[in-house]
Amino acid sequence: MPRRTDIHKILLLGSGPIVIGQACEFDYSGTQACKVLMEEGYEVVLVNSNPATIMTDPAFAHRTYIEPLVPEVVTRIIEVERPDALLPTLGGQTALNLAVALQEGGVLERFSVEMIGVNYEAIRRAESRDEFRDAMSSIGLRVPDSAVVNSLNEARDALDELKLPLIIRPSFTLGGHGGGVAATDAEFDEVVLAGLDASPTHQVLLEESVIGWKEFELEVMRDIKDNVIIVCSIENIDPMGVHTGDSLTVAPQQTLTDRQYQRLRNASLAIIRAIGVDSGGSNIQFAYSPETDGLVVIEMNPRVSRSSALASKATGFPIAKIAARLAVGYTLDEIRNDITRTTPACFEPALDYVVVKTPRWAFEKFPLADARLTTHMKSVGENMAIGRTFKEAFQKSMRSRELDVKPDIPAANGALLALISIPSAERYDFILEAYRRGVTLQEIFEVTRIDKWFLEELQEIVEAENAIKAWADRGGVFAISRSDLWHAKRLGFSDARLAQFLGCAEMDVRTRRKVEGIVPTYKGVDTCAAEFEAYAPYFYSTYEEENEAVPVADKQRVLILGSGPNRIGQGIEFDYCCVHAVMEMQRQGYCAVMVNCNPETVSTDYDISDRLYFEPLTFEDVMNIVENEQPMGVVVQFGGQTPLKIAERLHAAGVPILGTSQDAIDLAEDRRRFGEVLEHLGLQAPPYGTARSEKEALDIAERIGFPVLVRPSYVLGGRAMEIVYDRDGLRRYIRTAVKASPHHPVLIDRFLERSVEIDVDAVCDGEDVYIGAIMQHVEEAGVHSGDSACVIPTVTLGGSVQEQIEQQTAALARELGVVGLMNIQFALQQASDGARLYVLEVNPRGSRTVPFVSKATGVPLARVATQVIAGRRLRDLNLPGWGEAVREKRVPRLRNLDHVAVKEAVLPFPRFPGVDTTLGPEMKSTGEVMGLASNFPLAFDKSQLATGIRLPRAGRVFLSVTDADKDPAVLVARMLWMAGCELLATHWTHEALARNGIPSQLVLKFTEGEELRLAAEGLCCDPEVQAGARILSRQGPIITIVDLIEEGKVDLVINTPRGRGARTDGYEIRRAAVRRGIPTITTMAAALAAVQAMVSSTEDEVSVVCLQDLHKGLTAHTSGQRD
Amino acid sequence: MYRSDVPGYVVLEDGTAFLGFGFGAVGKAFGEMVFNTGMTGYQEMVTDPSYHGQIITFTYPMIGNHGVGRWLMESSGPKVGAVVVREAKNTNYDRTCPEAWIDWLSANGVVGVGGVDTRALVGRVRRLGAMTACVAAGHEFSVNKLLEETRGFPGLSGRDLVQDLTCSAPYEAQAEELFPDGPPPDLDGRRYHVVAFDYGIKYSILRRLLAAGCRVTVVPAGYTADAVLALKPQGILLSNGPGDPAPLTYAVHVIRNLVGVVPIFGIGLGHQLLSLAVGLGTFKLKAGHRGLNHPVKNYPRDSIEITSQNHGFAVEPPPVVAQVLARDGDLSAIPAEVLWMDSAYGPVRVTHLSLNDGTVEGLELPDVAVLSVQNQPEAGPGPHDGLYMFQRFIELMERGV
Repeated sequence: MPRRTDIHKILLLGSGPIVIGQACEFDYSGTQACKVLMEEGYEVVLVNSNPATIMTDPAFAHRTYIEPLVPEVVTRIIEVERPDALLPTLGGQTALNLAVALQEGGVLERFSVEMIGVNYEAIRRAESRDEFRDAMSSIGLRVPDSAVVNSLNEARDALDELKLPLIIRPSFTLGGHGGGVAATDAEFDEVVLAGLDASPTHQVLLEESVIGWKEFELEVMRDIKDNVIIVCSIENIDPMGVHTGDSLTVAPQQTLTDRQYQRLRNASLAIIRAIGVDSGGSNIQFAYSPETDGLVVIEMNPRVSRSSALASKATGFPIAKIAARLAVGYTLDEIRNDITRTTPACFEPALDYVVVKTPRWAFEKFPLADARLTTHMKSVGENMAIGRTFKEAFQKSMRSRELDVKPDIPAANGALLALISIPSAERYDFILEAYRRGVTLQEIFEVTRIDKWFLEELQEIVEAENAIKAWADRGGVFAISRSDLWHAKRLGFSDARLAQFLGCAEMDVRTRRKVEGIVPTYKGVDTCAAEFEAYAPYFYSTYEEENEAVPVADKQRVLILGSGPNRIGQGIEFDYCCVHAVMEMQRQGYCAVMVNCNPETVSTDYDISDRLYFEPLTFEDVMNIVENEQPMGVVVQFGGQTPLKIAERLHAAGVPILGTSQDAIDLAEDRRRFGEVLEHLGLQAPPYGTARSEKEALDIAERIGFPVLVRPSYVLGGRAMEIVYDRDGLRRYIRTAVKASPHHPVLIDRFLERSVEIDVDAVCDGEDVYIGAIMQHVEEAGVHSGDSACVIPTVTLGGSVQEQIEQQTAALARELGVVGLMNIQFALQQASDGARLYVLEVNPRGSRTVPFVSKATGVPLARVATQVIAGRRLRDLNLPGWGEAVREKRVPRLRNLDHVAVKEAVLPFPRFPGVDTTLGPEMKSTGEVMGLASNFPLAFDKSQLATGIRLPRAGRVFLSVTDADKDPAVLVARMLWMAGCELLATHWTHEALARNGIPSQLVLKFTEGEELRLAAEGLCCDPEVQAGARILSRQGPIITIVDLIEEGKVDLVINTPRGRGARTDGYEIRRAAVRRGIPTITTMAAALAAVQAMVSSTEDEVSVVCLQDLHKGLTAHTSGQRD
Repeated sequence: MYRSDVPGYVVLEDGTAFLGFGFGAVGKAFGEMVFNTGMTGYQEMVTDPSYHGQIITFTYPMIGNHGVGRWLMESSGPKVGAVVVREAKNTNYDRTCPEAWIDWLSANGVVGVGGVDTRALVGRVRRLGAMTACVAAGHEFSVNKLLEETRGFPGLSGRDLVQDLTCSAPYEAQAEELFPDGPPPDLDGRRYHVVAFDYGIKYSILRRLLAAGCRVTVVPAGYTADAVLALKPQGILLSNGPGDPAPLTYAVHVIRNLVGVVPIFGIGLGHQLLSLAVGLGTFKLKAGHRGLNHPVKNYPRDSIEITSQNHGFAVEPPPVVAQVLARDGDLSAIPAEVLWMDSAYGPVRVTHLSLNDGTVEGLELPDVAVLSVQNQPEAGPGPHDGLYMFQRFIELMERGV
């Protein structure tokens, strides 16, 4: 059946900010869907609150709304746009939940919007545990025995029927969020309560534990004619008990016989039919016990998912693209396979390689988090590697992790086995180490239940290591036989690893290799195992005989290095930049070659670049590609810190670095050299020093004065960055924290208290400078810029300060010799003699804020930078605001924005119970949202709503602030009080408010309550306290603020932190608030913004802004060129 | 096993040689080089008699992952000449597969060569078409000598390979020998007697017939029509088998005498023989169809099946297929009504076409109760999308001719 002609305008929902369990895979799927639907001639309306996505680029849809993904806002957009259809299957669980809400709220019916891709009933059947179980039993399949409960009491009753251990899963959450495993009664109560809280329907599933069973996933697609295909099978190496997002996985499945596999396939076909997904893709998870031949269905997602992104990259079969076509009426046999061009899409891809995915975690950021891997997903990103064998793919995947810190491996074998028994981020490093120490396969199997096939593969890696190590004493790298070296490379060992084994330098291995002619070949990912001729230039390296990646001859090649696995501090923003760089390089007439290893991204879609190399971003792997492609140069400035880390070695190896030179990069990153630059330009930086020892650190801190900001050099996202207030704190830091980057010294800066932080993104062509935007942070300096809300245009900076910022930016860009993007962070500190501007940091590369700036201003900064890198001059690009700035002799930028854009960070705290929720110099956020409105409070309010925080319009607000914050707190309190809010405050804040004539109710702190409880029980020696406690306890139970929060009697918490660490009052308050989902603000600056938003936006009317209209308005009064 | 010290050779007729290492038996084997793109089912493939006279290159790079088990056998033992893989595994951790792959190949005298750039090899076969090849493992071989011998080895066209495989005397298929848990429950209590011609029959076909409630007598390929009819069958199955149908004139002759007398179901080679019997032509495919992912359209039902395939020869399609391939390649859009041909036995309906290249994948002669399918509806290995064909055969027997 050809495409539907009865629908014209389609509303597509995105997935919102990057959070754990929902990352840039939905930018990939959404971008593909947008492209397909536009190609098919539909008008596409897109809603996504995440400005860092490619899909929200104005060119990818006709009408783009960067607005909160909540029912009232989307309803308003539907009212304005009147789409014919809603496609919710490409925006993750967020979009699906939103679609359910719109259906149940009658919105779709009211505006005659048809849900396509999936129907409401199918969503219910897949997501409601009861309905799902019934559907499964109707087709003779079993789900684990289970009970659905709505309260702790019901859960306890269910224990009559079910036996511990049980898995507890909240209904309607993504990534198993809020779930867990309980083996004891006490654990049971705790996990059930947490699950009830996490579920939007306040419902959890108690489920028979199938821990230790093998886990499989199948990606299934079905069209309206009931044709069903399996795109890919995925086997989780970690058995059941670890969330699939936290498991190492392999595609295709490795250990099942055909008969066992066909059983899963048949079940999948039956499931997608029973659930009733009639035109799209689904992901189905199974647990299988080889001992008993037992098979249970774990879950089914009636939408594209993280696994379908992985499956698409693993097979070359673009699931999201096909799903979008199926949603508008095509059938599988009507769609061509892009790669073979001659065969249809209704087939099942055949792989002639092995794919391994390894997650990437960020536990180092959350020292108090439970780092055990469970059914509750904790990883923040992933990498994928392709090899011809499992061993090769596994080893490539391990090195694609780009770990900053080597895993800490215990000395004793017993301790090692104990660690292996608990799934963890380092589990596979531990297993390899165990083999090195002679632990047997059987011993490892007993503690892990990992299929022996995988354990044997890992053992073979260690055996091969030993064979190579044997050459170390027999002449090393120049004596090792060609055959041994060849086989080592075929097994996926990197030159760096071989150098370790052979006791030589990495370059020695490379040299020997090349002498022997051992160089990688590149093979195509073609969906058909070479059965048909393939046209997609999608490659991976392996050591074989035939190289398929022959460089194109008619164009100059440019290599663009991606950003690797998502992690905190480096995520989708960099992929956005890379994709723009690719598209612009193509427009400039180059052959754009992309290198990346992150399967979630748009950049690793083979449709985006001219050639895609799915490879680790190490020096060796990139250098090999350079030698194969012979590019004009390599672009390193868009992929975050990952490409910069290898830029120096590439440069040293003679590879041209395009744009900002390696020397300029070094100039900005080397403290001493950069200090000279500042001095030469007469700019100020906070006093600093570089310490290589504890003593040096203490001396420096004394010299520049506490508090100081300490961090290891060369890291991203403020890794291990801390503000230290005294000598003891500094000693502790040096001793415990700096292992983060052992080869680099510690940087110590004076911390500028109470200053305003400012970010600037600019492009320089070596001579002229164009400023993308000046952003003012909402939080004060001290909160990592990635975690701070920020606003365009600035809200409180005066004209002269802005001019100073412009001039300093331009001076720095020219002095450093930047060609392309740069980001500068400034701090503005009020001193007795006026405001003083300090340069905190300069990064000569694309920054995290580039997409935000581009969306807020309509100037595609990454593209402008790419044009400059390709040799064009800024002055020839007709940029908005250029002419006027030249006339006024100012640094060009777009001025006079008549709207306000606020970027807000999204933090993963709800994922890590027990972690303190305060913000500091170490970045913790996983994603971001943007709020667009006519003024700052409204834009801030929208940004909060987009992160899931509904600022109350009235109600009870709890205030507890540090002494230093008392002044602004009084102002905030007065505004709240005048707006009719009821105020709660602890002792000192209460008194400060009272002195200012603001009434508030005094509440006990958590520690006061604890003390009183102990005293009332006679466990306190101070007789006065005891007496007081007795009187109080006679009046009724002792109630603290934590109790009030837990009872849901507080609507907003404003609590600024005092001190660090667990069990402080602030920690308990914030923890309780996170658990209850109560908005919590931890800085006064954010409190001011929030309170302004609360008191100024009382009207109910939701206003929404279409990005295309906004950008058109901007070009109307500037003469800008835009794409 | 990712390496061994035994040199391994793969030599193609065109002079291309791939070096690897030997596993399995030491020695050499000649045959037609074919590749299978299935990611599962290596044991079923090597024991499938249709591979007789051939050497399989597995495109999936790791073969042997789960070991070898009795109930996965498709015949009494390996039928393939040799195997070529990227990496061979000798593991046997699966409960249902107690034997290890490499050990089993060695014990059964099958030569294997591993460590080969199989993707390069497959690309060559795809571009140049089916070729004779030699696979050798051992210290005493030289590429030049092997090439010379390879070039002297006959191809498959025109050879009767069935005689090497077919049973010597009729026998009744025994459920105890085919199913791990004994005979499957007789679903509807009706038992049809099927006589199956053994051109190299796969056990899975017997398993499916038994599971559908049939009693099956397997007879030699050369059995006469009279001898078959004397067994009073309610249906006749023409089995799969190796190589070229053209030289099997004796089989075609027998089939002609049975068409219109008893309902007939042909599979694979059986489908090709049936086609020849009713007057259609057959030809050799360039590189063959071997895999578990081939899309086939069932035109009467307007639905797609993912099928398991293993054939190097095919039936001449009706002219409309060539026209569509020359036009836009949109095979799926061909109206079912135009897929009819004439024959001496009444109209022939092309029920199935391969959507990859328009190969005839299924036929029906409604006037004479004849049904045939080119692919492997019995699976073993591969998807089960075609299992309904056995049900259709049962319905055919129910109605009779």
